[in-house]
Amino acid sequence: MSEMLSGGEIVIRSLKDAGVKNVWGYPGGAALHIYDALFRQEDVHHLLVRHEQAAVHAADGFSRATGEVGTVLVTSGPGATNAITGIATAYMDSIPMVVISGQVAMSKIGQDAFQETDMVGVSRPIVKHSFLVTRAEDIAETIAKAYYIASTGRPGPVVVDIPKDVTDPDYKIPYEWPKNIKMRSYQPTNKGHRGQVKRAVKTLLEAKRPIIYTGGGIILDNAAEHLTKLAQKLNYPVTNTLMGLGGYPATDRQFLGMLGMHGTYEANTAMHHSDVIFAVGARFDDRVTNDLDKFCPHATIIHVDVDPTSVSKNINADIPVVGTCSAVLKEMLTLIEQLDTKPDSSAIEEWWAQIEQWRADKGIYTASRYEPSGGDIIKPQDAIKALYKVTGGDAFVTSDVGQHQMFAAQYYLFDKPRRWINSGGLGTMGFGLPAAMGVQMAFPDTAVACVTGEGSIQMCIQELSTCSQYNLPVKIINLNNSALGMVRQWQDMNYSSRYSQSLYEESLPDFVALAEAYGHVGMKVTKFDDLEEKMRQCFDLKDRVVFMDIYVDQSEHVYPMQMPGGSMRDLWLSKTERT
Amino acid sequence: MKRIISILLENESGALSRVVGLFAQRGYNIDTLTVAPTDDDTLSRLTMTTQGDDKMAEQMVKQLHKLIDTIKVVDLTVGSHIERELMLVKIKATDNDLRAELKSCVEIFRGHIVDVTPTTYTVQLAGDSEKLDAFIQAVKDIGSMEVVRSGISGISRGEKFLRI
Repeated sequence: MSEMLSGGEIVIRSLKDAGVKNVWGYPGGAALHIYDALFRQEDVHHLLVRHEQAAVHAADGFSRATGEVGTVLVTSGPGATNAITGIATAYMDSIPMVVISGQVAMSKIGQDAFQETDMVGVSRPIVKHSFLVTRAEDIAETIAKAYYIASTGRPGPVVVDIPKDVTDPDYKIPYEWPKNIKMRSYQPTNKGHRGQVKRAVKTLLEAKRPIIYTGGGIILDNAAEHLTKLAQKLNYPVTNTLMGLGGYPATDRQFLGMLGMHGTYEANTAMHHSDVIFAVGARFDDRVTNDLDKFCPHATIIHVDVDPTSVSKNINADIPVVGTCSAVLKEMLTLIEQLDTKPDSSAIEEWWAQIEQWRADKGIYTASRYEPSGGDIIKPQDAIKALYKVTGGDAFVTSDVGQHQMFAAQYYLFDKPRRWINSGGLGTMGFGLPAAMGVQMAFPDTAVACVTGEGSIQMCIQELSTCSQYNLPVKIINLNNSALGMVRQWQDMNYSSRYSQSLYEESLPDFVALAEAYGHVGMKVTKFDDLEEKMRQCFDLKDRVVFMDIYVDQSEHVYPMQMPGGSMRDLWLSKTERT
Repeated sequence: MKRIISILLENESGALSRVVGLFAQRGYNIDTLTVAPTDDDTLSRLTMTTQGDDKMAEQMVKQLHKLIDTIKVVDLTVGSHIERELMLVKIKATDNDLRAELKSCVEIFRGHIVDVTPTTYTVQLAGDSEKLDAFIQAVKDIGSMEVVRSGISGISRGEKFLRI
């Protein structure tokens, strides 16, 4: 005999049966039946944020750190629309997530009712899929489908919009959780086509100047181990996208650093001169390729991706392989081990000699390529280096968007996947702090640093209050240059240093006092000599939120930087030096 | 070049808006669009015409296929196929000579007159789009008219079936 439950109770019970332990959200009229059902049980834990955008980023950060599906619960109207930026962020980075939104009662839909928004319509272009549930009888199956869709194939956010009357506490129906979900219209490909995989292996083994270029797909599909094995077996160089950092150990000799707009000289130059590009779980984004017509003129392209639309969208793939990164890499490894063919070792050695030359000449890791810090001048790069040193390179680092994000990507060397958490696709300022909360909740005993700037942090700073309520001792590393650094950099480079609306002048709050007002610890760092010591003090306060306000050099730019309209290797290396 | 894309999708609320939304979002134009349930009323069959080169068409088909509600997607233009469009034209014709001329045009184009008043004829015509265009050209000087076209429906020739 099935248990008799109301729609609201079914929502919460379905979450439990979907394996959900934590939900981030914010209550409101249309969601109150669901919130009442939540109150009357203990299996699903809810965290109350201060703004719905933060709920979505927190669930997103949680998902990126753990690989599980993030869950969000918001009300209709403004609750739903506040969640939109977070959903778009998750969509662009293919993060598995289910967002449950309350909706006005079925009888009021279309009446311009109080707090009514067509959530399915508003979210349509930024979700993997969405549902409007019209009967309590459909709730369990819809939620089961939502988790299935969100987490399989190319992952992404799924919205489930539930009108208030559908969750009516007085209407009870038998509850049953569907064990198997089958959808005739949705059957994602997992294994790569055998023939294509063979062709890929053959081409890869014949390469003389190969490069392995991997992205967020490796992280999402937990394929870092397979990638590392394959790359090391072949002794081929590896570069990661911004989303793919940690997919290959950054401190390993074979790693050339990040590629693309702010990628290293050696990674971008090696891409340009390569004869075979083995792209896995990456999508030839415009922040990677630079001008498509000048992209890597000598390269044969092998492209592995779970999403067929990513293949040959921007750059034509010579050997497309549609399948999950882990399944395809595993199959390729097996084939390579069975075959007698080995890579051309003399060609590969020659290629490495060339790469090492590039690395020594203009790499950012072989020598410091920026003016040194000293006295009152703290270079933002050095703040990241201090963070790396103090945390032993083993912290979870979330980031906001701008210069600090690029410095963190360049100078914090990630040896493990899921440690680097940033909004790569949408570039959402305000992502860092709530994402850090999500990570900290999943890993309460691990150091979580939010690298941010005084611009980004103010977009979700209200979450300092949420950190107090749930004891989430994140460390905020605020690279404060009193300016929107990346905007200012572009204005220097393209607008003759006309700083249109990018300077805060004297308007910034006292961040130390602000942190203290929320009950946290504030620290201000203005001298380079204090930096490392203060950073140590910050991370020694394991159970406190610490806001480190580090005053960094406003004039600093992020380099290398690709030149607009150029090929991958056309780079500014400093304010005065170019390739 | 002109593309005729055929889609089999779940007959569910919101499914059509996802297809239309995708085209707007990706910057593709829809020239014509027809949609109706099939013999299996859980499924809708949609035919859409648009413009695009091979690369664009490949991307469109893949993007359409990626929508959760779509079951099958085919670019009919790459193979042998049949396309038909239905048109209703109401024409003002008061003069007897013009009325006679119109009737003979309808016969030549193998259409039917489906409604008659002392001052109007309503003509029904089916065929490929070029034929319908030609009919409009032929009768446009007879009198002012109102034109309703269904948009193209297409099906492949031979033994290929687009069904589940």
